[in-house]
Amino acid sequence: MTIRVQTEDFDLSHEVAALRAGSPQVGAVVTFIGTVRDINDGSTVAEMELEHYPGMTEKALQDIVEQAKSRWNIYDALVIHRVGPLLPKDQIVLVAVTSAHRGEAFDACEFIIDYLKTQAPFWKKEQTPQGARWVDARSTDDEALAKWAQPDG
Amino acid sequence: MNIELRFFASVREALGVSQEKVSLPAHVVTVGDVRAFLRERGGKWAEVLAEGKSLRMAYDQQMTDAATPIREGGEVAFFPPVTGG
Repeated sequence: MTIRVQTEDFDLSHEVAALRAGSPQVGAVVTFIGTVRDINDGSTVAEMELEHYPGMTEKALQDIVEQAKSRWNIYDALVIHRVGPLLPKDQIVLVAVTSAHRGEAFDACEFIIDYLKTQAPFWKKEQTPQGARWVDARSTDDEALAKWAQPDG
Repeated sequence: MNIELRFFASVREALGVSQEKVSLPAHVVTVGDVRAFLRERGGKWAEVLAEGKSLRMAYDQQMTDAATPIREGGEVAFFPPVTGG
């Protein structure tokens, strides 16, 4: 399991190759990449700044990935999240999960990104023609999280 | 008791401070007490940390709630709902 918080970009092919290296038992790799859009809530976004809480961020991501590992039969998981200034089309986040079969990897990957969006301490600030603004949390993100709730809490 | 305060994103900007060491009176024993204690500074502090504001809290770098007890040397953070990913 690998967690990285970095300002640099990442390369999907390289990261997936590293995740699969020496693991012939892997039969499925599911990846998610989040990217910067040039429009949000009706405004053009020229640039974005991602702030985080160093120390807590890494712990929160570790905790999310450990939860995924305890719920699904997956081999490995990788989360890379960028911070600092970003431009439209830039990559923001990568989640990659390996497992024997696709079902477990799909579910674990979606779980990790849904939890990350509501639990990991990152904040986006956008530069728009109307000035700089902090992005508001979305209720749809909380709804996405609710679907993973377990009956035993 | 002495603790470390951390503020992030819109909360940090509104208060004009990102980090601060603070000495607490004896009656301040939970994360919620710290929030109430800081509100007593008035002005921006009363506004930004008001009850009912959509604010998240962390203790020793773990998401937490107002009832969490604090200890000497602990780290209490206040920030808006997160928007990463």
